[in-house]
Amino acid sequence: MQGNIASAEGALAAGCTFFAGYPITPSTEVAEHMASRMPKIKGTCFIQMEDEIASMAAIIGAAWTGARSMTATSGPGFSLMMENIGYAVMTETPCVVVNIQRGGPSTGQPTMAAQGDMMQVRFGSHGDYSVIALSPSSVQECFDLTAKAFNLADRFRSPVFLMADEVVGHMREKIEIPDHVEIIRPKPLVDGVLPFAPGRDKIPGFAPFGSGRHIPVTGLTHDERGYPDTTNPARHDALVRRLVAKIEDARHEIADYTIVNEDASYIYVCYGAPVRSVREVVERQKIPDTGYLQLRIVWPFPEDLLNRFHNVRAFIVPEMNLGMIAREIERHVKVPVLSVSKLGGDLHTPEDLVQAVRMAEERS
Amino acid sequence: MKEDWLRDDRLPHIYCAGCGNGTVMNCVLEAVGMTGWDQNKTVFLSGIGCSSRAPGYIYADSLHTTHGRAIAFATGVKLADPSLHVVVFTGDGDLAAIGGNHFIHACRRNIDITVVCMNNHIYGMTGGQGSPTTPLGKTSTTTPYGAEEVPFDLAELAVAAGANYVARWTSFHVKQLTDAVYTGLITPGFSLIEVRCQCPTSYGRRNKYREPVDYVQYLKTHAILKEKWERTSSAGEELPVDSFLVGEFVRRHRPIMGASHEA
Repeated sequence: MQGNIASAEGALAAGCTFFAGYPITPSTEVAEHMASRMPKIKGTCFIQMEDEIASMAAIIGAAWTGARSMTATSGPGFSLMMENIGYAVMTETPCVVVNIQRGGPSTGQPTMAAQGDMMQVRFGSHGDYSVIALSPSSVQECFDLTAKAFNLADRFRSPVFLMADEVVGHMREKIEIPDHVEIIRPKPLVDGVLPFAPGRDKIPGFAPFGSGRHIPVTGLTHDERGYPDTTNPARHDALVRRLVAKIEDARHEIADYTIVNEDASYIYVCYGAPVRSVREVVERQKIPDTGYLQLRIVWPFPEDLLNRFHNVRAFIVPEMNLGMIAREIERHVKVPVLSVSKLGGDLHTPEDLVQAVRMAEERS
Repeated sequence: MKEDWLRDDRLPHIYCAGCGNGTVMNCVLEAVGMTGWDQNKTVFLSGIGCSSRAPGYIYADSLHTTHGRAIAFATGVKLADPSLHVVVFTGDGDLAAIGGNHFIHACRRNIDITVVCMNNHIYGMTGGQGSPTTPLGKTSTTTPYGAEEVPFDLAELAVAAGANYVARWTSFHVKQLTDAVYTGLITPGFSLIEVRCQCPTSYGRRNKYREPVDYVQYLKTHAILKEKWERTSSAGEELPVDSFLVGEFVRRHRPIMGASHEA
């Protein structure tokens, strides 16, 4: 099965009932597969919108009726979605966005892989906020992590992103489809509790439209009733800090990762397609004394994991960008961090990664 | 009835003295009341601008969305749960400038929602900039020497794009407006009700309609009933200067999207 199709199947297995999208390489197969599958599943809806702005808007609208909703896109479309992604954050709307990353900036390389949107997903919309971003490195993970994204979106009342790339999206591998996918829906809004009053977990309960709660939803700074209150500094401060904290405070609890050779001197930190090259090097022992940390959830960044490597002399970070997550790692550790950037669409070769270790050895 | 739909604890509203939006809201709620719709199953959406504050004053589920995008959000709401009744409030800038693409595509899809556009020919919320419906020669803060761009005719645009029901009235014609909104609400498919209305603060002040009543007087005297014009004018005859047509522009039964299962 292809990665993009596994992502669509993962969504359907998780009970996704609404998909809105717009054609864009290299994510189009997600929409095409949904267009083919959804009309045969009762109670679901596929729609091709007029652009990615509208796609993002439509999935937010659908989410407020209680539907599990998703869209899929790539860089240029992702840029168009930024406005309404901010709206989903502010209104605490659960929804899933798949981004099959390609080379940018601008139209760039439509058919080639990249990981250049890793900072955009974290900071791309205006204002302070936080999100959850997952990164699959295999077709199996495309399925599993897309299904998981819906549970995280519902639990945290937040947009959740599957940050895949063209290599993983277009790769074909055998996968195992589980008989049962765990589904965790949003915590319901209790009678008598205001619609934006957070619980102890900083997350409000959810009542879909049509349930008689008459909820006013706005992108303006609002109080716990949902009423606009835009000139009260304390109100805005408390709201934004809560929106960030509800996700950041859970970063270690929800961390999803694999660690291999924890005691090694040189540790690769990786996510997405580069994980495959890293595994080749470490598991086949192309160079001794190396291990790796694979992040399946990149944002919120679980920095405590970096303290697990007691013998580490350098972290080596292969990315298909100019060191976006390497910079994040750098600010949490005292040992050298070596960014191994690869642009243009080619994967890192095992030789690239072996070279990086040699360079790190020379420096230390 | 109508009073049940007002969110009392949100009042007073933000509209300026003499604004036409309150009149339009009043007519829409009157029409919604006439439908007998379940308040729990009716959703109001809006974009950004003065018009778009309306859903916040209505006691129902509502989405006050991003600028120009309300119809795209409404498409998601209606398709995901066709049992909900969906009404969108918008303005001329919200609908025809930044939201123009969503507007024509919703007409084309003929999605089963009703859109009420408060067309005051100006961006009121931001202090009076020219919009795609500012008439030629009229002044605004961004057309200080008079608008030079030809404005959109929103009703004709919706007809051309495929909407099932299109009507235009004004904030003077409250009875006709209420009836048109009611017809729009109960007509399956996309309905647009364009309402020409006064903005004394940002439009009237700069265009010799300083008092609210000045512009309402203009609306009253320059609105020509479409039906009557078509009956009495000769072919190709131009409308008198500053006049505009009101009435029903289209009522038809093109295939629709998002129909309620109950219907």
